[in-house]
Amino acid sequence: MILDLIPTTLRMATPLGFAALGGIYSERAGVINLALEGMMLIGAFGYVVGTQATSSTEFGLLVGLGFAVGLALLHAVATVTFHAEQVVTGIGLNILALGITESLLPTSKQVDGLPHWQLPFIGSYSFMVYLLPVVMVASHVLLFKTPWGLRLRAAGESTEALAALSLSRTKWQYLGILLSGLLAGAGGCFLASEVHYFTKGMTAGRGYLALAAVIFGNWRPLSGVSACFLFGFATALELANRWNIPVQLLNSLPYILTMIVLMGFVGTSRPPASLGK
Amino acid sequence: MDIRKPFISLLQGRISQSRQLLLNFMPSLLAIFGFFLLCGVVVHIRGQNALEFYGIIFSSGFSSFDEFGYVLFNATPLIFTGLAVAIGYKSGLFNIGCEGQLYVAAFATAWTGMHLDLPAFLLVPLCIAAAMIAGAVWGAVPGYLKARYGAHEVINTIMMNFIAFALMNYLVTSIYQEPSQMIPQTRQIHETARIPRLASFVPLLPDSNPLNASFLMACGCVVFCYIFLQYTGWGYELRLVGNARDVASYGGINPRAVTVWVMVLSGALAGLAGVAEVMGYRYRYLDSFSSGWGFTGIAVALLGRNNPFAILAAAVLFGLLNKVALDIDILLGIPRGLFLAGQGMLIIWLVCIEGISRKKNDT
Repeated sequence: MILDLIPTTLRMATPLGFAALGGIYSERAGVINLALEGMMLIGAFGYVVGTQATSSTEFGLLVGLGFAVGLALLHAVATVTFHAEQVVTGIGLNILALGITESLLPTSKQVDGLPHWQLPFIGSYSFMVYLLPVVMVASHVLLFKTPWGLRLRAAGESTEALAALSLSRTKWQYLGILLSGLLAGAGGCFLASEVHYFTKGMTAGRGYLALAAVIFGNWRPLSGVSACFLFGFATALELANRWNIPVQLLNSLPYILTMIVLMGFVGTSRPPASLGK
Repeated sequence: MDIRKPFISLLQGRISQSRQLLLNFMPSLLAIFGFFLLCGVVVHIRGQNALEFYGIIFSSGFSSFDEFGYVLFNATPLIFTGLAVAIGYKSGLFNIGCEGQLYVAAFATAWTGMHLDLPAFLLVPLCIAAAMIAGAVWGAVPGYLKARYGAHEVINTIMMNFIAFALMNYLVTSIYQEPSQMIPQTRQIHETARIPRLASFVPLLPDSNPLNASFLMACGCVVFCYIFLQYTGWGYELRLVGNARDVASYGGINPRAVTVWVMVLSGALAGLAGVAEVMGYRYRYLDSFSSGWGFTGIAVALLGRNNPFAILAAAVLFGLLNKVALDIDILLGIPRGLFLAGQGMLIIWLVCIEGISRKKNDT
């Protein structure tokens, strides 16, 4: 009974998971990233446009990732180079992405999805579903077990430490934001490849949900992605709608939980010290 | 003593003041100019006549009182949300939650207007109060969480947006839906809860024009916000907390208390956008009626540099753009999304300019 919710949970959690990992890189480097929504959207758009143009899903994936990284570059230039207010920049980028994609392609034709891999005992899923845990573990190791990750986190925690090592904060923040675009774009590509088309505003708040997962998971890859699975499960429950719980309650559960976590009653949620500065 | 001296210094003060004002609004004016220029270039690239395009913009907004009435009608909710964002911004808070606040407020208004059968002189103020209270509560929660637990108001206002969408959707589709209707909307509010359209006073406006008294209310709020921010003790506290939090604390101001009441005020202002919709236009609550007014309010506040009168002007500009976008879509086949993209670029440009000037002041 619960078991047959697993496929939907995985499908719902995967795009969130990629975007949340993206959010973690950016926020760990000290840059608030509200543009995850726009990056996912333009990633989905790029995937469909690229696949439509060449009927090759690999090329579509590349285009989607490229577009999302492009948007991330804009975010980095504005917030890091021009010291623009990070929150407002993020909102602006989301509006920009919504406008561009909506005017160029309100609704697309059917396109092919990314290849599915058949695995024993698990079933057949898009290869990106299997990729997510790999990226998650890799991100954890990268961020917390390597000097590289230490420096990226220093950009978000202690600018003095970076300065003492005579490392450029700008460089690490650019890197964090661009990685964020790459991963959020991957989430968007997965989204479009699963439904096989693009329609305006199709991310429908998933970027913000991913951001909630980042906070819920205390800015850590393993817990962040776990939060995405929790949120994905809530969506699966909502779609199955078996127990007559109002769907809207399940829908808003992730947001309510995040607010409670932010209050600090349950566990500790502590943002990087120099986040947003 | 030279008797001309005070006059000269007064005059010099005036000049430097107006120069300051011009400098302050230069980025906004440049942004508007650049935006229209860019639009013209896009139209030209598409192989259409750019001059015709500008002609359509002008005639779409200003060719008759009717057209201009629509522009002001579009601008009304944006004035409220723009002011709401600006009030928060002045005290160093981002109210990204205007969208949720105006939804909750609109529903509260509709509920009051449907259920209470009172004469207009009681019901109209009650409905407005209901909207302001609902919006204020929705704004107060992130404000309190920020003051008490240090939880970032940006995240919490966003979360509250989604909770509002879900809650309102539940209320409209499951409990208060108009019987025998497929559209997710409530039944109409009482006649006595409606505020009049300006067409019934202004002879030049045709009866079909939806511009209503909420626009006058919005203008009143502009004046109120200006006086409040500039000339009252509370406004001073608010600006001090926004500009120099530590100074405010040493001066005996409690920044936490300011955080809470600023969010209350901001939410109440955003809530008035719900009044404009329900009491002034649709006379009922329709699910997801707002086309991103709360987010456009951010652009309006930025363009108006958080000055209430400039926000009024910026809201009218966005009202014009929303109307033009529709006409351009019909007449020239240019998709409306381009204007949305332009709005996004406008926000990024303005916020970059602000960032550079802030950095320059710091060093």
